[in-house]
Amino acid sequence: MAATEADFRTRLQDWLPKLVLAPSFAVTLLFVYGFILFTVVLSFTGSKMLPKFDWVGFENYGKLFALPAWSTAIANIAIFATLYIVICTLIGLMLAIFLDQKIRGEGMLRPIYLYPMALSFIVTGTAWKWFLDPGIGLQRIMQQWGWESFTFTWIKDGDMAIYTIVIAAVWQTSGFVMAMFLAGLRGIDNEILKAAQIDGASNWQLYRRIVIPLLRPAFLSAFVILSHLAIKSYDLVIALTGGGPGRATEMPATFMYSYTFTRNQMGIGASSAVIMLMTIAAIMVPYLYAELKEKKA
Amino acid sequence: MSVATQDTAVSTGRATRVLIYLILLLFALFYLLPLYVMGVNSLKPLEEITGGNMMALPGQWTLDPWRQAWSTAQIGVEPTGLKPYFLNSILMVVPAVAISTIVGALNGYVLTKWRFRGDTWVFGLMLFSCFIPFQIVLIPMAVVLGKLGLAGSVPGLILVHVVYGIGFTTLYFRNYYASFPTELIRAAQIDGAGFFRIFWRILLPVSGPIAVVSVIWQFTNIWNDFLFGVSFGGTSQPMTVALNNLVQSSTGVKEYNVHFAGAILAALPTLVVYIVAGRYFVRGLMAGSVKG
Amino acid sequence: MGFLDIRNVTKSYGQVEVLHRVDIAVEEGEFLVLVGPSGCGKSTLLNMIAGLEGISAGEIAIKGRVVNGVHPSKRNIAMVFQSYALYPNMTVGQNMTFGLEMHGVPKPDRDRALAEVAKLLQIDHLLDRKPGQLSGGQRQRVAMGRALVRNPDVFLFDEPLSNLDAKLRVDMRTEIKKLHQKLRTTIVYVTHDQIEAMTLSTRIAVMNKGFVQQLGSPKEIYDTPANVFVATFMGSPAMNIVPATVVMENGTAHAALTDAEGQVQRLRFSQDLRAWEGKPILLGIRPEAITDPEGADRKSGNIQSLRNRVTVTEPAGADTFVTMTVSGRDAIARMRADANVAAGQVFDFAVNMEKAVAFDPETEQRIA
Repeated sequence: MAATEADFRTRLQDWLPKLVLAPSFAVTLLFVYGFILFTVVLSFTGSKMLPKFDWVGFENYGKLFALPAWSTAIANIAIFATLYIVICTLIGLMLAIFLDQKIRGEGMLRPIYLYPMALSFIVTGTAWKWFLDPGIGLQRIMQQWGWESFTFTWIKDGDMAIYTIVIAAVWQTSGFVMAMFLAGLRGIDNEILKAAQIDGASNWQLYRRIVIPLLRPAFLSAFVILSHLAIKSYDLVIALTGGGPGRATEMPATFMYSYTFTRNQMGIGASSAVIMLMTIAAIMVPYLYAELKEKKA
Repeated sequence: MSVATQDTAVSTGRATRVLIYLILLLFALFYLLPLYVMGVNSLKPLEEITGGNMMALPGQWTLDPWRQAWSTAQIGVEPTGLKPYFLNSILMVVPAVAISTIVGALNGYVLTKWRFRGDTWVFGLMLFSCFIPFQIVLIPMAVVLGKLGLAGSVPGLILVHVVYGIGFTTLYFRNYYASFPTELIRAAQIDGAGFFRIFWRILLPVSGPIAVVSVIWQFTNIWNDFLFGVSFGGTSQPMTVALNNLVQSSTGVKEYNVHFAGAILAALPTLVVYIVAGRYFVRGLMAGSVKG
Repeated sequence: MGFLDIRNVTKSYGQVEVLHRVDIAVEEGEFLVLVGPSGCGKSTLLNMIAGLEGISAGEIAIKGRVVNGVHPSKRNIAMVFQSYALYPNMTVGQNMTFGLEMHGVPKPDRDRALAEVAKLLQIDHLLDRKPGQLSGGQRQRVAMGRALVRNPDVFLFDEPLSNLDAKLRVDMRTEIKKLHQKLRTTIVYVTHDQIEAMTLSTRIAVMNKGFVQQLGSPKEIYDTPANVFVATFMGSPAMNIVPATVVMENGTAHAALTDAEGQVQRLRFSQDLRAWEGKPILLGIRPEAITDPEGADRKSGNIQSLRNRVTVTEPAGADTFVTMTVSGRDAIARMRADANVAAGQVFDFAVNMEKAVAFDPETEQRIA
């Protein structure tokens, strides 16, 4: 007897999954990769207020890196990202290790540390904007409480304003980093810790030599998430300083927006977006690739 | 994260423990501070802020700032309060969350239980879209929304949020369904159930927890979004954009108390979700760091 | 033509062929066990019979109908999975009748079939529970019940006992055997456990690396393994395989091997191995064929004596396992529990050469 052809229902069933996935995939291809391509193309054109397709080569990129505002943005993102990632990691790790010491009230503390993550950056920005305002906020509070000479004018100070963004951003996300490290700590096999103690390791040695090295994946995840958040940071800057005072807290994200939509320099805006994408891709692609490969195996 | 506390093998001295508690409490105060500042100052008259101490409790308690923020404050040029924008946000969030979650569930189902050659690539491409800086899509999106006649409308925002949300929802459901035994799908196939029937009868009934995670994550993200709102909101701006307009408005006296009340109003829905279902929120965050 | 025909079936993923031209005809009412180490292709073959994996070449026919490309639900088969694969959101009753429901069987008929099978398996009292509330053994019964309700042509079992603890596994094994004896259904059963294979089957296919190494009754497989792999895979402890040379003495073939001290000893073959004179072979002897002289099989016509030093003794309750060195390799003897041997002692072992087999050391195929 000859092999029968697959019956209709079986063939339909073979196709259904792909049919179901297809719209999402098509949308992703168009709205993500198509759009990326579009923006990349725009970055090589002389588009001003509206997209047009007059090829200008790398001119926009040349202009971009000659612009003082872009240099400020780059310097700012470097300062911001470094401090933000380092401080969040340190605070998160410290809180996680402390919380892991059989702390009474852990159930109370954990949600307190984490709730800022549920807020919009606009809300966070508003709260910190007024709290750090010298006229009504921290400076005045301290002076009224008797510390007459206390001054805190960072948010109005072009050199220091970037650090207020670090404060607010750390406030918002360090609790989340804590949660990541805590999950990592709880995932470590207790028997390893017991073995290390029997080997005579002090608490300090235990953490430095055994626990923290075992938290490597958590460090990696934290770094990836934080750097990604840092580069995308737009809302917080807008709400907290509006990019000011002057242009002191300009970041690539705010730069891109203002050049594209308010200054009608779409070509330059597009080229700055491309630079942002390439930076994030340099961090995310290897990470995602490793994650997916691991999953597959 | 594992919520259950397990014994740490580490033991600490008394003095160390006191220090640890002290530091933990100090940080708790740090995290609560802005909430406190917003809370108390939204309940006092403006003079008490400009003339008094921000940390002090209200001398004269009042709900006026809340009332103003909700219904009369000047947003942009209109004295509408935040109310219409709150509604815009709701109208945008509900369909966007529903659609992206359903689509994510189906995608996750296909990507784990109906694997095909290249499925990891498809997923990888979708996943990467979660992490792009959205600045890269702003310009073409504005063009496309304009062409579709959706610029400045709630449906336009829904479309945007669905498109850039399905990466995450797919990730959630994929990771969740991956641990669901494939043998069950095979058993159902032998039993004669087809693609949708298996999804509907076998997978969906056990998808509760991950659906909650996905809904909460999407809700929080979309509600809190500012960039898309300010870029494509037009006349249908969401709450975050309105709040920013309120706070940044350069005309007239700065009504700090109204700003704080408005900020809390904007934060309230996500805060409530966090308080009610914090466990799921944390799970979503952790899964968002890809480790599923 | 059999009831279930597997004809020259091959499975490949891209360039990699994982199953090579498997050819088995299963008769109606037969209990075929596919046994082999993990990765040998046994589960792949089962999934191909079920229709869960495609067939790269060859064909599978059930009751004379070729089922290549036919949807699993239309092959009239039922499958019991390793993890039982009970739908967690449905009650036991719903689990068992889901397949009938999908096939459009009316409710009264479903209930009747359910009641019948539930009674047979003694799970009537569990029908309203969820799988999560059941013990391992109960889940196992429900999984079988789900298969039985369908009244299929062929039952497929995919390592159904491997998730149970040792005691329960033995009980369920007996249970399955009873069920088969009672219902006389056709079963294809996959396992990596050679004892399950021996006890349950009417026929065994021993598989390795995508090839069927030997197909035969449990007795054939055990007594006359086709090659070294089958010999060592089936039976526990495994068959002793030691290098030896065939020498002729008084016109009969002997296996010449060395003892622990390096002295050459000779054991007379029952088989005719003249053709191998002077050549090296691999001698295979099951542990139970090496005993103390009192424990030797009296019906055997060929008990040979082997004097050797005892390396280790391992009392295991019913038996005592004694390890010695033969031709440089460890060999194990299975003795009565009360056999009087101790480590270090030189002992006269009785070797039942009627049960011995010989393999070609090059091809590892059995030659006698």
